[in-house]
Amino acid sequence: MLRDLYNTFIEFLRTFGAMNLFFLQLLRHTPATFGKRFRLVVWQVHNAGALSIVIIMVSSLFVGGVLGLQAYANLERFNAEDTVGIFVAFALVKEIGPVITALLFAGRAGTTLASEIGLMKATDQLAAMEMMAVNPIRRVVVPRFLGGVISMPILAAIFSMVGLLGAHLVAVELLSVDVGAFWQQMQQTLEQADVNEGIIKSVVFGVVASLIAVWEGYNAIPTAEGVGRATTRTVVVTAISVLILDFMITALVL
Amino acid sequence: MGPSGTGKTTLLQLITRQLVPDRGRIIVDGIDIATLNQKDLYKLRRRFGMLFQNGALLTDMSVFENVAFPLREHTRLTNRLIRHVVLTKLHAVGLRGAADMMPRQLSGGMARRVALARAMVMDPDILIYDEPFVGLDPISMGVIVRLVRRMNDTLGLSSILVSHDVKEIGEVADCSYLISDGKVAASGSPDELRKQSSELVRQFMHGMADGPVAFHYEAPDYEEQLLGREEK
Repeated sequence: MLRDLYNTFIEFLRTFGAMNLFFLQLLRHTPATFGKRFRLVVWQVHNAGALSIVIIMVSSLFVGGVLGLQAYANLERFNAEDTVGIFVAFALVKEIGPVITALLFAGRAGTTLASEIGLMKATDQLAAMEMMAVNPIRRVVVPRFLGGVISMPILAAIFSMVGLLGAHLVAVELLSVDVGAFWQQMQQTLEQADVNEGIIKSVVFGVVASLIAVWEGYNAIPTAEGVGRATTRTVVVTAISVLILDFMITALVL
Repeated sequence: MGPSGTGKTTLLQLITRQLVPDRGRIIVDGIDIATLNQKDLYKLRRRFGMLFQNGALLTDMSVFENVAFPLREHTRLTNRLIRHVVLTKLHAVGLRGAADMMPRQLSGGMARRVALARAMVMDPDILIYDEPFVGLDPISMGVIVRLVRRMNDTLGLSSILVSHDVKEIGEVADCSYLISDGKVAASGSPDELRKQSSELVRQFMHGMADGPVAFHYEAPDYEEQLLGREEK
């Protein structure tokens, strides 16, 4: 029992270390990729980011709506329904926006990245590039990684914006909270520091989610089953890491 | 050549350093390739062309772009020139008309021919083929066999070809090595091999089931397994 626990722990440390080395390797190739292969990066921003916009917008509209409903139902008891805007904005910008965006991103874009890279490996495409003296890390992995890193904060910002709109629809249009109070209270209370917290989180989550996706794909066992497992692990590991990191960052910032 | 599972592909992977040997040295063109750093390794690999068993075309690009890929990565040729080179190579494998197709639209044999065009697009010194004849119809097979031979002679390159097609090897090879159990069991021109008297060579060259190489993978006794009680 203890021995198993010990082995699992060592295995975890080993993977974690290998992943960090992989991350450094990606960073080392980043400047060259931006210079020589900028178009590939743009294409991957399209793949990971632009194609995720619909799912992000629809989800955030409803998440914002629910936040508006809940906030109204509770704040109304204290005659404080004017502060619905504040409540929703804090929740969205600081916590829910970055976290849910990262989870959706893992499901929508992370799985694509992992399975794409895994399948390329399974069909010898990465080996073929190696043999043509083209570094697959530089040609395949780094552009996808950067595409994810660039997309995530933008998607999180869109999430928060559309979420506020959803809350507005529910609170102002449906439940007749005063529109001026809703927006003005929000603007007065929400500070730059709060927005910064959201931005920091979305950047960190973007790096983590993209790193996990390309790592799982690149290290997938090159079979149908292996690629399937890599895809699943991408979602699971990203979700856990994001939630843990969210707690840690919040604790640090407060 | 050699029976399945004797390490032919592994040997190719060692020669091109897709695998690093645990022991021993591998000398390619006078260089011990295990000692090369990545930059020098890539420099050496540009002189290689390799044809993978399944073609290994990049599935997100058209046939044309696949063949153009090494040129775009390693040279600064103009688009016009790249077009010329790519079409010439595609013509050589009979697939100039398929330039705009995507790899998923190709049959296995066609994909292999495109991969061959891609392998030779950089005019390599050494061309490495991993099972190039598997799954080709007789016509493409004949064309490819002749193409392999002709390229080798006219371009003055060296070809390393892994196969278990005894007949085709006989047509193209100057020198052949029969590998069994990770060792060279016999070598010489295909004609010499055919005349060898060793059991193993005879079994392989004539495709016999009985001989030193067991056709059956190691298994428990047939009768016992069929009649005996179900094991866990």
